Amino acid sequence: MNFHLQLWRQKSADTPGKFESVEAKEITPDCSFLEMLDIVNNRLVAAGKEPVAFESDCREGICGTCSIVINGIPQGPDRGAACQVYMRKFKDGETIFVEPFRAGAFPILKDLIVNRSAYERIMRAGGFISEHTGGAPDASAILISKPVADAAMDAAACIGCGACAAACPNSSAMLFVGAKVTHLNLLPQGKPEAKKRARAMVRAMDEEGFGNCSNYYACEAVCPAAVNASVIAKLNRDYIAGEISEAVGAID
Amino acid sequence: MSSTAHKESLSPSNQSQGKDSACCLCSLPLLSSSIGRKWIVAGTGILLVLFVIGHLLGNLTIFPGPDWINAYAEHLQSLGPFLWVIRLILLTIVGLHITCTILLWHENRIANPKKYAVENTLKTTIYARSMRLTGLVFIAFVIFHLAHLTWQGFNPETRTWVDAEGRHDVYRMLIAAFSNPFISAFYILSVGLLAMHLSHGIASLFQTLGLTSAKLRPLFERGGRIVAWIIFAGYASIPLAVLLGILRYPHASACSFCH
Repeated sequence: MNFHLQLWRQKSADTPGKFESVEAKEITPDCSFLEMLDIVNNRLVAAGKEPVAFESDCREGICGTCSIVINGIPQGPDRGAACQVYMRKFKDGETIFVEPFRAGAFPILKDLIVNRSAYERIMRAGGFISEHTGGAPDASAILISKPVADAAMDAAACIGCGACAAACPNSSAMLFVGAKVTHLNLLPQGKPEAKKRARAMVRAMDEEGFGNCSNYYACEAVCPAAVNASVIAKLNRDYIAGEISEAVGAID
Repeated sequence: MSSTAHKESLSPSNQSQGKDSACCLCSLPLLSSSIGRKWIVAGTGILLVLFVIGHLLGNLTIFPGPDWINAYAEHLQSLGPFLWVIRLILLTIVGLHITCTILLWHENRIANPKKYAVENTLKTTIYARSMRLTGLVFIAFVIFHLAHLTWQGFNPETRTWVDAEGRHDVYRMLIAAFSNPFISAFYILSVGLLAMHLSHGIASLFQTLGLTSAKLRPLFERGGRIVAWIIFAGYASIPLAVLLGILRYPHASACSFCH
């Protein structure tokens, strides 16, 4: 199969970037999108040109490193990470636009690679539980009902890839923060710090310069982990409860 | 949480960083945060939806005949200074709704400076994408509407119209106004935009206030859209009834129950 690629090329964060036309010829349909980029890069290197920079790690759809935008869709068409996109998904001779995530809080480092440290800093603000050290407690020591465990697990599926903020017309990180807050706040281990966590993570999110949620649900449509936007409702609830309890001086 | 990271994030200097905090009220973390402002938009949204429904119920008194709507209008006017209290509260609600939306929109523009080469709206509905447009056009309509029927600036002679009982003849004024097909079309178009705004707004406010779940959200979305278009049908029915000659001046009811 042959494709006309429009690849985003940008030397560094400070220099302006632009699309560059690159032909991807004689690609087998079973190639993954990233393998196709590998082939294209090998040819670029052989021709003495600079290869296009992109990230990848596990290449089995669980790490979220390969965060790129294919034809305007973060993580590409269909559910799952970009590495799970195969070239048979496209028409022969199709023009494919490949771009980095675009969000003010995710500055472009080079070509298709963005800096997603903003998510890490939000995690540092409250995406953890304070736990005593020592031996692992007995699994039967804390009882958690099945529906709660399921809901927490669904939220915990978030891999922090950044596709939610990349898909959002407002570059809002609410699905990510909602997933983390829901995952921890639902469980007995996370409950003691639930309000503080929601407060701290939302404040960190605002400081990073992410936008505000307009309930567009584009995040939900692209999330490779299929996190439901109901986690945003849970975040809204817990955050307001947290702010009110702090404002009135309640102990949480 | 006892880590230093947590202490950093809770220090007061960080609370409103990067946000406009001109007045002391806006520097409260609740009001300066993204979610806090959205709560204000949602809260004022609820009050405005209730007003829109109340206003519609009042308007529908035109169907039983002039006696009803003229009495209703007279009753509103008899509230005197209290009417002005209600108007000021309404103005504040509208002001908050718009101010917070503009602040949020401004932040969103900064947060998302560059669009993708291929536009993809994904799951976003036309209602959600056109919220600012429908809201702004509708507010322009509201100003026209106030000038038209509250201040009666376009046809000052309607102020002197009174019915048999000496009340302001609102019925006659409305029939005269909606007999103009351009005015009627503009009203119907405007309430159509309002219905579009509410099609996203009603469901959206439940999500913002945190009252939804994965199971409830589709219901709220469908319900919100149904309520929005029922409101549209209610409002549009009046100019349509005038244009179709169902409502006439002098009053001649097609409905036998009203006689």
